[in-house]
This record gives sequence, structure tokens and C-alpha cells, in this order.
Amino acid sequence: MKYESQKVALPYFYGALALFGVQLLVGLLAGIVYVLPNVLSELLPFNILRMIHTNALIVWLLMGFFGAAYYLIPEEAERELHCPKLAYIQFGLFMFAALAAVVGYVFRIHEGREFLEQPTWIKVAIVVVALMFLYNISMTVLKGRRTVITNILVMGLWGIALFFLFSFYNPTNLALDKMYWWYVVHLWVEGVWELVMASILAFLMIKMTGVDREIVEKWLYAIVGLALFSGLLGTGHHYYWIGTPGYWQWIGSLFSTLEVAPFFFMVVFAVKMVLKGGRDHPNKAALLWSVGCAVTAFFGAGVWGFLHTLSWVNYYTHGTQVTAAHGHLAFFGAYVMINLAIFSYAMPHLRGVAPYHQTLNKASFWLMTGGMSVMTFALTFAGVVQVHLQRVMGMDYMTVQAEIAPFYWVRLAAGAAVFIGAVLYLYALLGPVPASRRTTGIGAAVQPAE
Amino acid sequence: MTERFTKAAARNIFYGGSLFFFAAFVSLTAASHIYVVNTGTDSKGLTDSVARGKHVWEKNSCINCHTLLGEGAYFAPELGNVWIRYGGDKDAEGARAALAGWMAAQPSGIEGRRQMPQFNLTEQEVNDLAAFLEWTSRINTQNWPPKISG
Repeated sequence: MKYESQKVALPYFYGALALFGVQLLVGLLAGIVYVLPNVLSELLPFNILRMIHTNALIVWLLMGFFGAAYYLIPEEAERELHCPKLAYIQFGLFMFAALAAVVGYVFRIHEGREFLEQPTWIKVAIVVVALMFLYNISMTVLKGRRTVITNILVMGLWGIALFFLFSFYNPTNLALDKMYWWYVVHLWVEGVWELVMASILAFLMIKMTGVDREIVEKWLYAIVGLALFSGLLGTGHHYYWIGTPGYWQWIGSLFSTLEVAPFFFMVVFAVKMVLKGGRDHPNKAALLWSVGCAVTAFFGAGVWGFLHTLSWVNYYTHGTQVTAAHGHLAFFGAYVMINLAIFSYAMPHLRGVAPYHQTLNKASFWLMTGGMSVMTFALTFAGVVQVHLQRVMGMDYMTVQAEIAPFYWVRLAAGAAVFIGAVLYLYALLGPVPASRRTTGIGAAVQPAE
Repeated sequence: MTERFTKAAARNIFYGGSLFFFAAFVSLTAASHIYVVNTGTDSKGLTDSVARGKHVWEKNSCINCHTLLGEGAYFAPELGNVWIRYGGDKDAEGARAALAGWMAAQPSGIEGRRQMPQFNLTEQEVNDLAAFLEWTSRINTQNWPPKISG
């Protein structure tokens, strides 16, 4: 860590991890309700559980992105953050809004569109938080060294704020509502979030592999270019069956097939940089999360996305457990893992120590990634059976759900493994640092010049 | 990557291409907007009751258990075509009565069966919800879902 103001990343990382815990706990509860449906059915019905599960996920990922930006932008821009105090105030407001939303949900205070359930005042608070953040990082970047990483990262973060504005538009015409709803949801996760992800990954590659910046930046442009060229019109795969024109079936099928490309090249990029770099970076756990992120995102977002993206396949799979399988692995691979990677990389620097608890951190990687993979397979099989029984044979929904119940037990067990993995991760990151790692000045030593 | 593919070239392709595809996407959604209003949905039939029904749907967060046109949670049945499943296209009164009866009977309390909460809807709210589901069932979904089971 070179700049004092990078420390503002710390509360963001802690806040993100706390909400990660909430997300997993509530996810586990929802998994229990799937197999034991009478649990909590009056106190906290499934719709509330799911609302908390998805919202906590989105908010903690954003909080992690904010923290990551605050950590890496001073280092990239080669100057202190424009206003560290503002960053702390921003964190307070964001955390307050997030907790207020969760508490409100428990008491049935929410709006009714999926993922955008935040009451209007919280949405306004999110916009204020985003503006505080964008002002702070943009000023830092403008006054400092400009790199491709900061350009792409800042562009992605501005995009996040810009597209969120569509959450305020809720037309009474359901088809229009759905069409613009995807301007937030799809253009976030299959658009601008990929810019954030790729730029964080590029930063980690420069720091940990020692590959020349020029090469990494060329790759970064190519990857984010592919992401937007495919992802923008790839939104069409959500416009097949919601009252929108039939031509989306062609556009959506073609461009969302191409959405696999940026994820494929992220794997090639990460693996190539690690092999080429030859730097023996001591933080092996962070490296594992980084490469693992590219690989799992390729499977979760790329392969599992492609599985059901062609319109003539999607006609049968749309809105089944196949969708749930893809959603889980894609979010985990692309966005959870990039956050856990940058946390693993940055925490030793922020705490001023050499990388610590590496074995435990790596164990948590395998437990979480393994758990998510099993969960994805369970839901995929459940989905395939569901598609056949319900969409081909025309059997009643609830009858089909009873048939696929065993898969939900497997999913619950896999979820428990992920939860245990997360507990290990938390200890590996936040637990006491062993005395041997507490050498002073090591912060500079593990971070050689580029 | 070869030396001929310079960083400047990569940058120009990225910014130029992104602008192009963004413009293409916005134009196509603008065209879709017009299509939705004129062809895809029954704009004239979008009454106050349908609008209120959409609000009932949102206020009770139905989307976090059910799917509507395939979007939502996957914990409870698809409702985009529930009006047809209830026979509402042939007997609207019967479907409305069945919906009211269903909403009143929740939760079933049956052990081992997924429970739908009691939302304590007024008679007006149930009627509005029915109007919303009826309107939704007439959206041109390109013949989705494949079966009446949703």
C-alpha cells in the first residue's frame, strides 16, 4: 500500500463481508424452505427471504466494488484520494440505507419489482451515494495519472449509476415495465459490471504476475470491447416472450451467444498472464481467487448462459430451475469471486502485514467453489427434469416440483458447504495475523515496482 | 497478440464499437417501445383497474415467489397465463370467483406443501388483481409458454 487514503477501502470490505454473511444465511434459510416448506411460512415467507437474499448480494457486491475502486485508484492514479472524509460519509450512508432496506423488508416495507424492491427514498439515497463516490474517484483520476484500468473502471462505475436511474421508471404497461427493467438488470450484470470486473482483474494481474502493463491493457480493451459488443444487443435474450417484437429472437440468440467470448478471453488472459509473468507473488490465495474467478465466470456466465440463451431452447427453459442454476454460478463466478480476490489481495496490504492464513484461504476457495458447482449441477438437473415434465408433457407446476424435490436437498447440502467455506474465508481474512507474518515494512517488500 | 494490434487500435475499436452497439440497442428498444404500445399489448384495455391491480401485485411482492412471463422467482407457478388456466377467457366471472376463493383460502397449512401467505386483500383489490392478470394474459408473448401448465 503506497497511499494512506487507500485505507478507506477497509470499512467497505468489512461492510461487504457482513452483508455477504446476511446473504448466505438467508439463502440457506430459503434453501431449507424449499425442502421443508412450512418453516417460517408465516413469520418470514419465501418472498421476503428471497428479497433479502438477492438485495444483500447486489449491495455487498457494489460495496465491494466501491472498496476495490478506493483501494486501486490511488495506486493507479499515483496520488491520494480526492477526499477520504467524503468516502467515509458515503460508506455510512450506504450501510445505513442497506440495513434500513433489510429491516424494512422484514416488516413488509418494500416496492414490488424484482431486485428493485428498495423503497423510493432508499433508491434516492443510493443515487446520492453513487454521486458522492463518482465525484471522489473521478476527481482523483482527473488530477492523477490516467491508466486504461482507471478509465475502464470509472466508465463502468458511471454506467452503473446511469443505468440505475431506470429503476425510477415504472410504467403501468407491464411489457414496457419489463423492457426498461432490463436496462438496469441486464445492462448492469452483462454490461457495465463486466467493465468493473475486468479492470479489477487486470489490476490484480499487473500486481501479481508482473506482466508488462502495455500487454495487460491491450487485453483489457479487447475483453471489455467484446463484453459490450455482445452484451448490449445480448439484452435481446430477455425480450423473447414479454410482448416485445419477434426480431429479438434472432438478435438475442446471435449476440448473447457471443457473450461467451469475453468470458473465454478472460480465462485465456488470466492463465496467460500467470504463466508469462513468472513473478512468484507471495499471495497465492489471491492469485487462486483471481484465476478461479475468470474460470468460474466462464462456466457460470458463459457456458451456463449459453445453455439456455438460444430462443428455441429458451422457449422451453425460460423461468425454470435452469435459469436459477445459471444465476447462481454466474453471480458467484463473475462478481463474488472478483470481490473475494481483491479482498484477499488487498487485506494484507491494508493491515500492513505479509500474506497470512494462505492455506485456510485456499481451502475456503475450494469449499465455496466446489459447493457452488454442486449446487449448479443440482439445479441444472432439476431444471432439465422440470422442463421435460412441465414444458413438454404439460404437467402441473406443483406436481413437477414434488418430483424434483431430491435435487433441492442436494442444493441445500451444497449451500451448507458454501456457508462453511465462507466462514473459513472470513477467518482467513479477518482473523488474528500469526506473529511470523507481522514483519514491519513488508507492505512495500511484497509490492515490487511494475 | 501481435505487435500490429496496438493499444491505440484496441482503444479506438472499444470506444467506437461500444458507441455503435449502444446506439443500435437504443434504436431497437425505441422501435420495440412503439411495437409494445401498438401491437404487443392492449394499450386501450389498460384501465385504471389494471393499473391498480399491478400495484396490488407489486405491493405484495408476488414476483418473489411466482414468475410473470417467466421472470421472477421459481418457487411458485407462472401467472402470466393463469387467467387462461382458470378458464377466464371463456368464463371471466368464474375465474374471478376462483381467484377470490384461492386468495381467501391461503395459507393452506398443509404439512409439506409450499405455503402462500394470507395477504388480506379487499374485494376491490382482488378484482383489480384479476383485471391485471386478465390484461397480462392477452400480451403477445410469441406463444410462450409452450403448455398451459406455465
